[in-house]
Amino acid sequence: MKILGNVIRYGDNVDTDVIIPARYLNSSDPKELASHCMEDLDKTFVTRVKKGDIMVGGQNFGCGSSREHAPIAIKESGISCVVAKSFARIFYRNAINTGLPIVEFSGEIEEGDQLEIDFEKGVLKNVTRKTEGTFPPFPTFLQKIIEAGGLFKAMETLA
Amino acid sequence: MHMTMSQKILAAHAGRKSVTAGELIMADLDLVLGNDITAPVAINEYRKAGACGVFDCQKIALVMDHFTPNKDIKAAEQTKQVREFADEKKIPNFFDVGDVGIEHVLLPEKGLVVTGDLVIGADSHTCTYGALGAFSTGVGSTDMAVGMAYGKAWFKVPTAMKFNLHGKLSKWVSGKDVILHIIGKIGVDGALYKSMEFAGDGVASLTMDDRLCICNMAIEAGAKNGIFPVDESTLRFVAEHSKRKPVVYSADADAEYDSVMDIDLSEVHSTVAFPHLPSNTRTFDQMPETRIDQVVIGSCTNGRLSDLQVAAKILKGHKVHHRVRTLIIPATQKIYLEAMKQGLLEIFINAGCAVSTPTCGPCLGGHMGILAKGERALSTTNRNFVGRMGHPESEVYLSSPEVAAASALTGVITDPATL
Ligand code: SF4
Repeated sequence: MKILGNVIRYGDNVDTDVIIPARYLNSSDPKELASHCMEDLDKTFVTRVKKGDIMVGGQNFGCGSSREHAPIAIKESGISCVVAKSFARIFYRNAINTGLPIVEFSGEIEEGDQLEIDFEKGVLKNVTRKTEGTFPPFPTFLQKIIEAGGLFKAMETLA
Repeated sequence: MHMTMSQKILAAHAGRKSVTAGELIMADLDLVLGNDITAPVAINEYRKAGACGVFDCQKIALVMDHFTPNKDIKAAEQTKQVREFADEKKIPNFFDVGDVGIEHVLLPEKGLVVTGDLVIGADSHTCTYGALGAFSTGVGSTDMAVGMAYGKAWFKVPTAMKFNLHGKLSKWVSGKDVILHIIGKIGVDGALYKSMEFAGDGVASLTMDDRLCICNMAIEAGAKNGIFPVDESTLRFVAEHSKRKPVVYSADADAEYDSVMDIDLSEVHSTVAFPHLPSNTRTFDQMPETRIDQVVIGSCTNGRLSDLQVAAKILKGHKVHHRVRTLIIPATQKIYLEAMKQGLLEIFINAGCAVSTPTCGPCLGGHMGILAKGERALSTTNRNFVGRMGHPESEVYLSSPEVAAASALTGVITDPATL
């Protein structure tokens, strides 16, 4: 899989409370969740995000609560992939289990940059800055979950 | 075999003699937990996948604690969905208004978690049960759904950080100060993907409530789990609450740790986390005068009986500051009742506090104590992220119940030792 998209960038420790504030967790409807995505950190996100955009964060992306509403809201908002220097562990497994592509990458990326990500080769190209770097592929076990289209489907072979 | 305590529990539940750090394994679960926010998403996933059976109806716990008593129509729809699911699957451990408590206080109290268990919960503070010598960790709703159907979950075997505790805590200092002190030192991702294993001769001096509070906030350092060695206090606690037999695991003498940190408990001081990260900690010698509008004493971190007892001791015979709305939220019905019998509720009400039925409520900015723009709360909860208790421009400070109660009296964040 290969994707091309523009960057919306945030800093370190983006927590799930800002990705989707708890006051909206009285719904599990993806569309409704997406309509409040990032609201407490960036009110403009929902109006400016375009389908295929790539969200970039720093260290410990997705820390805090275990709410799967967070990757659901991000995915439904049109974001095609989240790139961060590191991910909080529950967010990491939620992303894999629900099929939101994520990449651990620490190279330089700025707001508005265009990125091309090749998941098979593990290569991230910053088209705007004409730089490129690699990221480690997922272990086979996790690859199987991703390929099956989520954890539930993968359980037939994994359990 | 060089295994940590956490690794041993994982190995046993994966049917293996040993596991090594970094390995991905499938393991059998003793309990799967969900609440009124995460279970609806799990049930949606479960239904979407066409699942119909549950692996063991006794080993699923559904706790309606976050937005209950239902705060609005949507919240009511969510608990209704879970209630119907529990009925359909004949899940006895469904806890609703009237017998519900905050999940991480409720499950040990009901004896649903015992020493040696492997537990997942679709709630990040599931790591609390490490205090009982169990491996427990927070996961997402899809994990919960798969856990309910198959009784299994995948784990990346973690490495561990060891925290050697020595000595005894001083007066007015408790488990909350220990964990805030540690998070302040290692940061909110200081233990990312790792186990935090506590050890040392200082463990014996910590009450079970202290240990539960410490493990509760392991996630605030990014940890996968926090865990305490099993001693007499643990076994007594488990025997008092459950008929199930504990299985005791301990770390190998030659277990490998990523790091070892020594902590002299007598050197830990009352600690407050300033906005907007639990790692932004200060002790009173470095604290500016900070006025507060609200105090919250409750949550899965500090809503236990001993927390209420110490708060009552400080508030007894006094009135809270006229500007400070003080909310006391016993974490479970049993604690509520016990607080009533011991006269604590009377002390709180006479002091001008509001006492609430068990609920997560303000801890996650759900209901029952939301902050306006620019307001400040001092809270015994575990997170002070932007907007956590209400308006994105409000502020949350985290502390022990000792500091919270003292501050309710003065209206500024106050060291209980100076009262
Ligand atoms: S009390 Fe707060 S942290 Fe604990 S389970 Fe409830 S919302 Fe989560």
